[in-house]
Amino acid sequence: MRSVSVIGVGMSKFGERWDASFRQLVAEAGIMALKDSKIDGSAIQAVFGGCMASGRFLGQEHIGALIVDQLGLNPIASTRLEAACASGSVAFRSGIMAVASGMYDMVAVGGVEKMTEVSVEDAATALGGAGDQEWELFQGATFPALYALMARRHMKEYGTTEEQMALCAVKNHENGSKNPYAQYQNKITLETAMNSAVIASPLKLFDCSPISDGAAVAILCETSKAKKICEQPIEIIASAQASDTLALAQRKSLTELNATKVAAKQAFEQAKLKPKDIQTAEVHDCFTIAEIMAVEDLGFFEKGKAGKAIEAGETKLNSAISVNTSGGLKACGHPVGATGVKQIVEAVWQLRGQGGQRQANGVEHALTHNVGGSGATATVHIFKRA
Amino acid sequence: MRDALPLVWREIPERYNLIGSTCENCKQEFFPQRLICPNCRRKGNLVPKKMPDEGKIFSFTQVHSGAKGFENETPYTLAIVEMPNGVRVLGHIVDAQPEKIEIGTKVKAVFRRIFAEGEEGIIAYGFKFKVAD
Repeated sequence: MRSVSVIGVGMSKFGERWDASFRQLVAEAGIMALKDSKIDGSAIQAVFGGCMASGRFLGQEHIGALIVDQLGLNPIASTRLEAACASGSVAFRSGIMAVASGMYDMVAVGGVEKMTEVSVEDAATALGGAGDQEWELFQGATFPALYALMARRHMKEYGTTEEQMALCAVKNHENGSKNPYAQYQNKITLETAMNSAVIASPLKLFDCSPISDGAAVAILCETSKAKKICEQPIEIIASAQASDTLALAQRKSLTELNATKVAAKQAFEQAKLKPKDIQTAEVHDCFTIAEIMAVEDLGFFEKGKAGKAIEAGETKLNSAISVNTSGGLKACGHPVGATGVKQIVEAVWQLRGQGGQRQANGVEHALTHNVGGSGATATVHIFKRA
Repeated sequence: MRDALPLVWREIPERYNLIGSTCENCKQEFFPQRLICPNCRRKGNLVPKKMPDEGKIFSFTQVHSGAKGFENETPYTLAIVEMPNGVRVLGHIVDAQPEKIEIGTKVKAVFRRIFAEGEEGIIAYGFKFKVAD
């Protein structure tokens, strides 16, 4: 297997992008990534695009063809991948495999979602497709409800508190306030989060990531070639993916995502690193409890100890580990298909020292963690400067 | 969005009567039914098995922002119920004041309407749970 590096990244501004169409978002991110890579588009040999539910959100399928067309890259091969909210990182993995195998030397990977053109109710219904439609969504479950069921168990088993969960949102808004691409660039107080409306107890509005529009793109190249054509390629030193039951009720535990644990173990083995070697991590905080479980399942904190660690500020920018410097899904926004690629864009910026006001100090290794649905798919990637 | 009659009709025996599967090889029980035992795969043999109709609340949530089709009963309580055979299922808790609901509360399965597709649409039935006396 050949080593693969990222040579260019780009993302659209995330948010309620009523000013831009689906294809404009793709083009916004794609043009930025191509410019960043300084290569000519004609060097790209294939495209992999992640998108969850454009059929439900826009009535538009065949996203592979749409992306390659909008990027002006016809007639090269282009394929869409779907793994709910992990669609972006699953597309990224396909890009890695295509280059690592030697089939291609250079590919583009994109993630995109446009969620605000339907009502909030219809968006929630579309997102429900990430869960077990026949047995859990049928019964009236919503995504906040599924994560609320996990949160309740985590509180019971480990004493995690609603304040500790809310503090994840406060910290992510603090980081998001320093990210010009974030949907929410406002800071919030613990009081605001705690006093927000209950969505599915114990989760409140500020425990939930928003409905967003956005796109992100990364250009991948075989590493030895990347070193010749790119000033600062970022090498992908681990790429892992794992699966679990689609239905939440069927999991052995509700206080961890086994798919995250399995993917993390594989990723750290591939990278020959330990969790303490990571300085910055973009983790999947679709809900605040998801961030708490993620930093435990990835090995940054012992199981059950993350609530207290977050309370002590150990996941803030330039603390023990800088978690979600982008603002995470909570503040940067969560256009589901784009999120997995956006996390990689942030990891690349942090490793290049391009994090602006939210730049973490001394970043040698960055990790990204992306989850599909309530944990039926999880991916972990680790990066360093090539 | 659930305007799919076959989806509601197809699962009737399982959904109305809580018929799951048990693997004759490893003895683990499953609900809903599976065709392949995830423990034994080829060596396993799954046969239909009636699930217990009682269990304990393993986790619960009061849903204040309800799913489409559940507007009339919002807020409602959803729980993951653990049955004595170790199988867990997700369903509504009905006919109970929220303060009576805790992790560990005993519940039993009851046959109820789940949702209706408008005034003239299909009505989906299935199981919900009620606090046991």
